[in-house]
Amino acid sequence: MNNLKVFLNGLIKENPTFVLLLGMCPTLGTTSSALNGMSMGLATMAVLVFSNLIIALIKNLIPDMVRIPCYIVVIASLVTILQMLIKAYAPGIDAALGLFIPLIVVNCIILGRAEAFAAKNGAVPSIFDGLGIGLGFTWALTLLGACRELLGTGKVFGLTLFPEQYGALLFVLAPGAFIVLGYLIAIFNKLKKA
Amino acid sequence: MENKLIVSLSPHVHGGDSVQKNMYGVCIALLPAMLASFYFFGMGAVAVMLTSVLSCVFFEWAITKFILKRNRLTILDGSAALTGVLLAFNLPSNLPLWIIVLGALFAIGVGKMTFGGLGQNIFNPALAGRVFLLISFPVQMTTWPVSGEMSYLDAQTAATPLSIMQTAISSGDASVLNQLPSSLEMLIGQTGGSMGEVSALLLLLGCAFMLWKKIITWHIPVSIIATVLVFAGLLHLANPVYANPLQVVFSGGLMLGACYMATDYVTSPMSHKGQLIYGVCIGLLTVIIRNWGAYPEGMSFAIIIMNAFTPLINTYCKPTRFGEVVKKEVAK
Amino acid sequence: MKKLESTLPNMAIVLTSIAVIAGLALGYVNSVTAGPIEQIKAQQLSDGIKAVLNADEVAVEAPDTLESGAVVYRTDKGVSVQATDPNGFGGKLTVLVGFDNEGCIQGYQILETSETPGLGAKADQWFQKGQKGDIIGKSPARNNMTVSKDGGEVDAITASTITSRAFLRCVNSAYEALSVKEDAQTGATAQHKEEMEVSNE
Repeated sequence: MNNLKVFLNGLIKENPTFVLLLGMCPTLGTTSSALNGMSMGLATMAVLVFSNLIIALIKNLIPDMVRIPCYIVVIASLVTILQMLIKAYAPGIDAALGLFIPLIVVNCIILGRAEAFAAKNGAVPSIFDGLGIGLGFTWALTLLGACRELLGTGKVFGLTLFPEQYGALLFVLAPGAFIVLGYLIAIFNKLKKA
Repeated sequence: MENKLIVSLSPHVHGGDSVQKNMYGVCIALLPAMLASFYFFGMGAVAVMLTSVLSCVFFEWAITKFILKRNRLTILDGSAALTGVLLAFNLPSNLPLWIIVLGALFAIGVGKMTFGGLGQNIFNPALAGRVFLLISFPVQMTTWPVSGEMSYLDAQTAATPLSIMQTAISSGDASVLNQLPSSLEMLIGQTGGSMGEVSALLLLLGCAFMLWKKIITWHIPVSIIATVLVFAGLLHLANPVYANPLQVVFSGGLMLGACYMATDYVTSPMSHKGQLIYGVCIGLLTVIIRNWGAYPEGMSFAIIIMNAFTPLINTYCKPTRFGEVVKKEVAK
Repeated sequence: MKKLESTLPNMAIVLTSIAVIAGLALGYVNSVTAGPIEQIKAQQLSDGIKAVLNADEVAVEAPDTLESGAVVYRTDKGVSVQATDPNGFGGKLTVLVGFDNEGCIQGYQILETSETPGLGAKADQWFQKGQKGDIIGKSPARNNMTVSKDGGEVDAITASTITSRAFLRCVNSAYEALSVKEDAQTGATAQHKEEMEVSNE
């Protein structure tokens, strides 16, 4: 029951994108389409679950004063492993997100969850926290990507909803990310209040 | 005007100054240039203008009523209509009408009402709409009809003076500039481009009217135009591939931007000193973007960028409060 | 278990051992994935070379990397050159261009791009056969391979002149790399002959 609460917490109440506004660089940079957003979210979630798990397991072995360097080494290694695996077995995702995968290292969600949750809780709740926050990040990025793809090119997940020439290119470009994110946060807040 | 706060005993005489009066004053000032663009571009221009104004007013009404659920309707204060007029001036006259409607939605919806309506917006709504369209539909937005073509559907397209200038710089060949119309022609308006880029002379006339009516002060337009003249003049002297400064000033949306867009009350600095800084920066940015940027026209981007700096300029150019200077001297 | 104290030896030992374990893990994954990664890269390259030379089977000789950064792959069906231009609209643009033995363009493929989707990104189709900016069959030796705005004979992508310019710079530098390579080779053969003659005397 408690684990379920931890899991749901990351999905909505502490949604990293719409509420905590963490990890804005990949949020704005990779969401030019729904598929890219979702892949980035899932890749981040994979790193987050494992980093939370490892840090929760070794938290007592780490002296307080060097905890941040230790977390960084763990996270950076996980990201590098993930990058090598993607390169080897999913070259399509590598072509679309190649540049952003190494940036997961500096995504403050991961270090943030390590510091705020995994360092204080056991292994099992930490996995659930990683899953919750990771899924929260994933659905937010997928939604943002879908909105941008729809407005910019008339497609969602590559499925054409209206002819491409009616799409406003701005939404696929960087300024569109800021504008759409702003409106999504506004709508999210409105719905949360209601 | 905005620097004086006159406090006196009653009876008070109301000056009659209001949002409506100023907004409609700007519209009147734009009338001659509007008629000229109708003359040069024909029915297409009329259609663009009507669509733009009507959709801006409609979106303002719809958003206030259904999304913000305010009772006081603001469509009669003329600000939405003015946004529509300025937006149309920034568009080519052969633009498909649905694109104009989208531009109006962005200008009013995103550029203005999102921030809370008139007086709260950070960016000039008409420019926000134009830049949105320019980035979103670059093909349609940079296909200009030749002025003088009367038909709406098969208007021919032509290189604008601005793209000729940029070609001259990128190819390093000053003779390309010979294709430019003379500065006199540009002043009167026989050049291709957006609707409001045609007649610098009539725009200046409208500007004079606004100065006379005290709708705007001279600081912003004069500082922009002077900066562009000086900067472009220096470049022209240093290397003749940069166009003659007079041609630079009379081409593109520079007059329109300097007199009507940059002077927007809401998005420009309040103090005169701030307005001068703002104007000089817009002038510099315009020349830089025009000469070395990816887009031929830099005016709208320059104004949008400086709109973003306006709050900062306002903070640094705060008028001294009454008694503040004396206090400091006493403290010494 | 009690938390370890932050004493100097503790910190040094923990940090070092974490780093060592992480290093071992990385080394292991690298050794597992290095093979497949190489394979994918080689596969992509040979697919690209086949595509730009319009051939089903090609025998590729060892590639040459020139000073300009261009990479030349000689094959039995022609030559394909990988050239890069740093000044696309969104940054670096890398193109693989295939030439037949007369130096005419057989095909091209964009390998790396960060051009704007819907505008510059159209370059992967725009210059292909039958499209508006068709460059197939042309040769930089005979044709002026610049955009029509700059006096050349290629139609630029609508509203993406900068991308088009960068793309054509890639094509032209690929062609230059081709001729540089040929000069070097004929030069080498000439020298070889001279040596032969010297030894004969």
